[in-house]
Amino acid sequence: MATTTQNPAPAATTAEPKGKRGIKSTGGVMRVFSHGFLALWAAMIILPLLWMILTSLKSNDEVFANPLGLPSSLHFENFGRAWEKAGIGGFFVNTIVVVGGGVFFTMALGSMAAYVLARYQFRGNRFFFYLFVSGMMFPVFLALVPLHSIMDSVGLLDTKYGLIMVYVAYSLPFTVFFLTSFFKTLPHGVAEAAMIDGAGHYRLFFQVMLPMAKPGIISIAIFNVIGQWNQFLLPLVLMPSEENNVLTQGIANIAVKERYDPDFTALMASMVIAMVPILIAYTIFQRQIQAGMTAGALK
Amino acid sequence: MSDTAKVSAPPRRRKSASKRRANWFVASFLVLPVALYLILVLSPFAQAFQFSMTNWNGTNPDYKFVGLENFKKLFTSDLYSVYLIPALKHNAIMLIVVPLAVIALALFFAFMLNVGGKSRGGRMRGVGGSAFYKILFFFPQVLSVVMIGILWQAIYRSDEYGLLNALLAIFGVPLKSSGWVSDPSLVLVMVMIVMVWSSVGFYMVYFSSAMASIPAEIYEAAMIDGSSRVQTFFKITLPLLFDSIRTAWIYLGIIALDGFALVFIMTPQQGGPDHGSEVMGGVMYNFFSNGQAAMACAVGVILFFFTLTLMALSMRLTRRENVEL
Repeated sequence: MATTTQNPAPAATTAEPKGKRGIKSTGGVMRVFSHGFLALWAAMIILPLLWMILTSLKSNDEVFANPLGLPSSLHFENFGRAWEKAGIGGFFVNTIVVVGGGVFFTMALGSMAAYVLARYQFRGNRFFFYLFVSGMMFPVFLALVPLHSIMDSVGLLDTKYGLIMVYVAYSLPFTVFFLTSFFKTLPHGVAEAAMIDGAGHYRLFFQVMLPMAKPGIISIAIFNVIGQWNQFLLPLVLMPSEENNVLTQGIANIAVKERYDPDFTALMASMVIAMVPILIAYTIFQRQIQAGMTAGALK
Repeated sequence: MSDTAKVSAPPRRRKSASKRRANWFVASFLVLPVALYLILVLSPFAQAFQFSMTNWNGTNPDYKFVGLENFKKLFTSDLYSVYLIPALKHNAIMLIVVPLAVIALALFFAFMLNVGGKSRGGRMRGVGGSAFYKILFFFPQVLSVVMIGILWQAIYRSDEYGLLNALLAIFGVPLKSSGWVSDPSLVLVMVMIVMVWSSVGFYMVYFSSAMASIPAEIYEAAMIDGSSRVQTFFKITLPLLFDSIRTAWIYLGIIALDGFALVFIMTPQQGGPDHGSEVMGGVMYNFFSNGQAAMACAVGVILFFFTLTLMALSMRLTRRENVEL
């Protein structure tokens, strides 16, 4: 290939066959090369996860005898220990309550705000839009300490209600940003027809626009479920007592305890338990998740 | 008729009743989300700046204004600068190394997926199984940073039961006595590897969709002109992806600054050993949990301006004309 570019004059006459052969051979080398690297990275992702799952099924003695091997028999009691002794069950329930409430109200409030910002012209429309969007740029850690005192002063520190409200507030910027552009793409004709038929603003929103916006709302809801399920810094500061901990916190605590009271297989079992819902959601919705999450970076 | 119906383009003529109704509607839909956002997101940010100039301990209501005293202490007192200076240095290293490594790897993989395969009739294709690679590589992105941290902590275990040591043992590499995250000179690298590991897939998918929007004719023309794949990548793909890369850089910068969660979980003494992985977020958290909330806010403010400066700088350095297709 390099020679053809260096000698353009003779190459011009033989460009066709020579070029084709050149492409084919580099394509071959390239294919081996690229498959090699891709397979290497794939192994770097699969191996740790596989190792985690295998370890969660071994006995502690077996882990130390043969860290890489397959389990000789399946020790499901690790999961029992994780669920009962380490309290994963409670953390799991807390997480479901908080994320369920958080995502529901995020979507309700977010779609309301996004709808009026997208489809109504009023004074301050742009101001409110940019007010929300600016929230995507602030680093959360800067707000943590004052947020702790605000929640404390209104008695919502260490409560699920409080954490739900905080999750909603911190999920609004992206939700509003994304749904505003989504509501803008919906056709105006349907809304006009509904208004002519005598629908008020509220009925128009709940019975016409909201059902039409379903695809956008679903992909952002999935995005928020993952984001809120994985949240760590906010609960770390706002949910100090152990019975209120969410999964991420609970598992972080188990990992810290593991240093003093080693139960490696139960730790790995806790990890598997916490990872399963995400894995299922990801497998089912991976297309929407990838679309929703990469859309978040496109601003 | 259509005047009243067109909600997005209000009528020129004043229709006070319907206009008032629309305004009420708008207000009723905005009041809750805006209130929640103002109280729980914007006001804490503003208060962080205010508290950074007080001697507040997090609970006492009668704190007083101390000016820039906290900032002075942070930079001059030995007690504090022993945390702060390494933390700033580590954040700066992360801010450069992590985005560079992630973007380079993600671009490479995305290019492989899109044009690394066999070319048929002059048309470049992606490698086989690219859908599978995308699903797999993206997966770490949906895992919590806590899970990632614990998983890698287990991988990096210093005894022979950690995955890394067990794998190295197969190749006959002797056990590293100082461990991986317990070696002060290695710990930061080990944390950054995890950050790269978890982010590459996301940016690969992101760049890959940007690459897919480059018309195939451009590649074909380049092939006919005898351009190699390497040339194609540097002369065509890279310039056309410039905007996506800049966006990725900014987001990765934010992720790098958030490295605290990983450090908190993975490293000994949460920032150790010997402050080898101390980051600004950790310094802040220590102040907060030791009842020095004002100092924590001051650290947050420093980090905020540090970030802002670096962001502005990188925007400035990468400013250029857009390439129009």
